[in-house]
Amino acid sequence: MNIGVALRRDTPVATPPAPAASPVAATTDAVASIVPAAAPPAMLEVDAVSLEYRTPDSVVRATHRVSFDVYETERFVLLGPSGCGKSTLLKAVGGFIPPVEGEIRLDGRPVREPGPDRILVFQEFDQLPPWKTVRQNVVFPLLASRRLGRKEANERALHYLDKVGLSKFADVHPHQLSGGMKQRVAIARALAMQPRVLLMDEPFAALDALTRRKMQEELLQLWDEVRFTLLFVTHSIEEALVVGTRIALLSPHPGRMRAELNSHRFGLLSLGSAEFQDAAQRIHHLLFEEDMSRR
Amino acid sequence: MKAALQSTVVHRAALQLPVRAEYELQPAPFASEEVERALPLARRLWAQAWLRKGLIIFFLALAWELAARWQDNDLLLPTFGATAQALLTGLQSGELIDKVAISLSVLLQGYAAGVLLAFALTTLAVSTQLGRDLLGTLTSMFNPLPAIALLPLALLWFGLGHGSLVFVLIHSVLWPLALNTFAGFQGVPETLRMAGRNYGLRGLPYVLQILVPAALPAILSGLKIGWAFAWRTLIAAELVFGASSGKGGLGWYIFQNRNELYTDRVFAGLAMVVLIGLAVESLGFATLERLTVRRWGQQR
Repeated sequence: MNIGVALRRDTPVATPPAPAASPVAATTDAVASIVPAAAPPAMLEVDAVSLEYRTPDSVVRATHRVSFDVYETERFVLLGPSGCGKSTLLKAVGGFIPPVEGEIRLDGRPVREPGPDRILVFQEFDQLPPWKTVRQNVVFPLLASRRLGRKEANERALHYLDKVGLSKFADVHPHQLSGGMKQRVAIARALAMQPRVLLMDEPFAALDALTRRKMQEELLQLWDEVRFTLLFVTHSIEEALVVGTRIALLSPHPGRMRAELNSHRFGLLSLGSAEFQDAAQRIHHLLFEEDMSRR
Repeated sequence: MKAALQSTVVHRAALQLPVRAEYELQPAPFASEEVERALPLARRLWAQAWLRKGLIIFFLALAWELAARWQDNDLLLPTFGATAQALLTGLQSGELIDKVAISLSVLLQGYAAGVLLAFALTTLAVSTQLGRDLLGTLTSMFNPLPAIALLPLALLWFGLGHGSLVFVLIHSVLWPLALNTFAGFQGVPETLRMAGRNYGLRGLPYVLQILVPAALPAILSGLKIGWAFAWRTLIAAELVFGASSGKGGLGWYIFQNRNELYTDRVFAGLAMVVLIGLAVESLGFATLERLTVRRWGQQR
């Protein structure tokens, strides 16, 4: 089946970058310990998916025949300028938007509706119900989806709140928290559900630069501990390189696959290194060369 | 790096900015003054809403008393003292309490039925396009229709008494509450809706666990408006047909005493309506708001 998927790709996969055993390993941090495995079955398959959304007087194509595979414990980043349909694509994986063409499969089963095996973390702070305390917010989906009983849900909520460093604020209402803390709650809530894929839609975009850096660091630490599978949408090249192990570049209007790159050798410590700058330059070039040539 | 530094120095020199010495400080523990100080007593008293409102009521009563004494006509405008006296006598004899009990029991039945119907209608409206159209058409048709105008029809259908009153009460509560609740549901942020659906919530659990709490500020204001409309409608309805009913409520009490020219008792009846309104607002709704939307930061 995987071979079939690979053959059906109508967008060329970018040429693989330098193998992992290159001398640059010296400049990387803990993240570099990932060894690219030899193609186990993909966990999430996005197969020639076209998405459309409706405005009052027209139908707009957001993505056109986009394909990519996400493997277990991968940190897969969708990167592209605004208008490339990356958020729409994430919502389609979440089950909120049905594809007009193609199919999205999780563990081989087609995705048809929202479900607790794919938890979304949004950019907006109002994703936390304000009428629940921080702990109730984390417990809520566990109870709503009938995953756990009340007692176990409470224990697990406290465990994950501790992981994001918010155990002291468990009984506080969200409006008393800062933006970064609210995003931490949303992440704890998503992780507590132990979803098959964690879907993050520009989760740090509304934060200030210092808090964003801190949150990226914490997310990587959490990944080191929990080893979840992540599908992450961003419009920041640096964030994509730091957070992702593999980056899909999308071109805008409508969103199409531009390239897939490996970025597992970069972490927060590689910010500013020559190799990191080169990769960022390369991505920048891939995303904006059309603009340049048009001028 | 060094070259860059030099260039900035040169740059600064060209601008002739004074280059000052750098410094670092270690903040000493703040002990010279209390970090938290208590406000003066007058300021703290003034912060109490009940005290400010009580003062307003006191001055209104004073103005009433003075105006009535200056007018000096007990038939037209009894004094505040006389009204208070009539109110006390009514309460002591139990007559007023009986009337209030009759009115309140009818009111609560109509109110509860209206709230349930409004909830059913708006739930239908959030789940289907047809429900939305139904709610929109019905509210624009019936909301402007005064409940009292329906009373003759209600009397024809349900006869004198209980049934007709509950019918007009439902009419007066249902539409404003449904409008407010629906507006509240519409205002629930998309992210919150998606979060709810993400957990697999749908149907009634979705409405009850996501939409209702998120729209609570709008629902509460709808409940308040509905309560006020219900009171008005009830008193007016009792005034209109209470005369032919053996067992009337507060409206009937007001009507009867006006016929017998006990103006002070008419005022006592009106004061009772006002007092109950104040009590429900400040004890019922205010408490509900404090425990919910204020605590959750949805409302200041």
